[in-house]
Amino acid sequence: MKKHDTPMLDELENGPWPSFISGIKKLRDTHPEKRINEMTNDLLGQLEHSYETRKGYWKGGTVSVYGYGGGIIPRFSEVGDAFPKSKEFHTLRVQPPAGNFYTTDILRKMADSWEKYGSGLVTFHGQTGNIMFIGSTSEATQHFFDEINEYGFDLGGAGPCVRTAMSCVGAGRCEMSNINEHKAHRLLVNNFIDDMHRPALPYKFKFKVSGCANDCMNSIERADMSIIGTWRDDIKIDQEEFKKYVDSKGRKHVIDNIVTRCPTNAISLNDDDTVTIDNKNCVKCMHCLNVIPKAFHPGDDKGATVLMGGKRTLKIGDLMGTVIVPFMKLETQEDWDKLVEIAEESIDFWADNALEHERCGEMIERIGLVNFLEGIGIEVDPNMVGNPRESSYFRGDGWDGEAVKWYERADAADKDSA
Amino acid sequence: MAEVKQKKEMRKPIETGAPDGFQYMHPTMRKNFGQWKWHDHPRPGVLRHAANSGDEIWTVRAGTQRILDVFTLRTLCDIGDKFADGFVRFTIRSNIEYMVKDASKVEPLIEALEKEGFVVGGTKNSVAMISHTQGWLHCDIPGTDASGVVKAMMDELIDEFKNNDMPNRVHMTTSCCQINCGGQGDIAINIQHTKPPKINHDLVSNVCERPSVVARCPVAAIRPAMVNGKASLEVDEKKCICCGACFPPCPPMQINDPEHSKLAIWVGGNHSNARSKPTFQKLVAAGIPNNPPRWPEATAIVKRILKKYKEDGKDWERINDWIERIGWPRFFELTELPFTKYHIDNWRGGRKTLNSSTYIRF
Repeated sequence: MKKHDTPMLDELENGPWPSFISGIKKLRDTHPEKRINEMTNDLLGQLEHSYETRKGYWKGGTVSVYGYGGGIIPRFSEVGDAFPKSKEFHTLRVQPPAGNFYTTDILRKMADSWEKYGSGLVTFHGQTGNIMFIGSTSEATQHFFDEINEYGFDLGGAGPCVRTAMSCVGAGRCEMSNINEHKAHRLLVNNFIDDMHRPALPYKFKFKVSGCANDCMNSIERADMSIIGTWRDDIKIDQEEFKKYVDSKGRKHVIDNIVTRCPTNAISLNDDDTVTIDNKNCVKCMHCLNVIPKAFHPGDDKGATVLMGGKRTLKIGDLMGTVIVPFMKLETQEDWDKLVEIAEESIDFWADNALEHERCGEMIERIGLVNFLEGIGIEVDPNMVGNPRESSYFRGDGWDGEAVKWYERADAADKDSA
Repeated sequence: MAEVKQKKEMRKPIETGAPDGFQYMHPTMRKNFGQWKWHDHPRPGVLRHAANSGDEIWTVRAGTQRILDVFTLRTLCDIGDKFADGFVRFTIRSNIEYMVKDASKVEPLIEALEKEGFVVGGTKNSVAMISHTQGWLHCDIPGTDASGVVKAMMDELIDEFKNNDMPNRVHMTTSCCQINCGGQGDIAINIQHTKPPKINHDLVSNVCERPSVVARCPVAAIRPAMVNGKASLEVDEKKCICCGACFPPCPPMQINDPEHSKLAIWVGGNHSNARSKPTFQKLVAAGIPNNPPRWPEATAIVKRILKKYKEDGKDWERINDWIERIGWPRFFELTELPFTKYHIDNWRGGRKTLNSSTYIRF
């Protein structure tokens, strides 16, 4: 095997950060399988060619496993004549366990399967949340999938479908957790497994689950449906721990870093170095809990806020998710069913009403939130807006009826809580 | 007959979806699931979580090259078996985390990771691992590489990853096109094309579904046209914003250009709700050369922004909080970046980003 010269890539072997080029070269130079040596050699050759010419040379196509329509990112080389051994270099998107937990045993098992069929390159995880097994021929995708599918792993989403979901470490390790993030993750995505494996939706649809408003899964900005843990009773305060903190850091630090950073001015430092929180006005932003995790804790009446419609630029510009459910409990079977039902209603409505290649948020932007809410059977709530309408251009001849509905809902809520 | 036989041999997939993570979770974490009480941060790269039961779990976080070869993956497993309890997880920014019950295992674990060249850090107010995608290594539409840019930048930012010297955490991202798979970040380094696509009219009618390409354009600059007797597409180059949205559905509309596909830097994207509502990133610099293998021009600007943020930011201020306090004029002054007409948003809704007040700092 003649090794390609890679003077530009070699530059990326210098410096203290671990080098992916050194890793690929290790596969080329020391892996016992000739197939892998040759494949990674040609991969390096093509990548060097990209570095020299500043252009990419992969094109898409159609590759799938038996029974599925998606889950594989097909890559055929446009310069395959020069780099024939990597001319088919597909990625298999494989769904990670909720919360991204692994044992070393299961990772070794995957490594063994992957080097049997693929290039030996893998990423935990891609930005879609999938394990990315990078570099398989068209034929090998089926064999590799069959093998890992037998021990519990399934392909993720690619194309216009429900995509692989993401959830944070959550209740597994984090005291800020307010819901069972992994249950929400699996319940939602596995309910739509047919919509994931057989892409037939207007465009992609993503679920992301974060256990608190720190939103480590970036769900408001990156998910079509975002589930974020929160609580609605009082924040829990350990006054002794708080006093200890004031004692060690000083009042100025506490005022500058906690009191004045509260977005709703809900924190008061008392004269005896204890703290008072105006719980009615606390918006559960998480800042004070982040600063003193020993003193502040989420309340007991935990649940989730659901937002809908986050996405990045294409086509109409960036959109954040907007609140469609200010608070819901996620404890009983009935609660979980309700969450799934909201997802089902939303996806059904979107699938029926979106234009081709239109994300859920873009559809909401086009038709207005109210039409979307009516479509999925959710009543309006002032928590859904930053502020009420500013434009006077609306036709309000249904006002009286809508006002009556508001009072009726308020009465019903009163009865419920009584 | 042969066809029937072929079908019989095909294995039907088991549609299990996302696996249950519980089976792969450290036993101490399983035992205390939902019962955690507080955490602290004994040193960079290490977190200690304490449960109501009195149990503790120690986490050691390390950066890797992210595109892992199986040898490296096995090395990470070896370290997990020998120095940790055999349980790991990966963060959203592709760091590996080892969890151990016993505090005495932490130091040997760190030593083992560092001996193998992994970088312990990335917690709290550090510069976290740059989130990125595939680039020239695997993407079909990339304007640049991803792993290479990240490697080159992390080489320069490694001390900030290993230490906690920033006012608050810094999440960086890179993206090889404007789809921005890397996502919003405190600092995002993204491709910004500056010339309209070059169209190969011979291929368009065979490769592209023309109506969907027309529909894809955010500014309605694409229309069907006959070119040299062939059904093709044409671009109104005055309207074109060079976003590249037409390129994925129609590869003959080549948007990537070795010279004119530039890098742009955006700051102030913040996913968290802490202190203020989530924010999108804002443009601060563009026209930066896409210069492999080490992209020094982009790295230099990133370092300049980080230096000023580190000097001027107050504790707990993310980059967006910092700029909110000091104002954009001061940001451009401090970072010595030019403010141009391109910084003024003219997209729909862009008027809301203008200053409609007398709030001006002198």
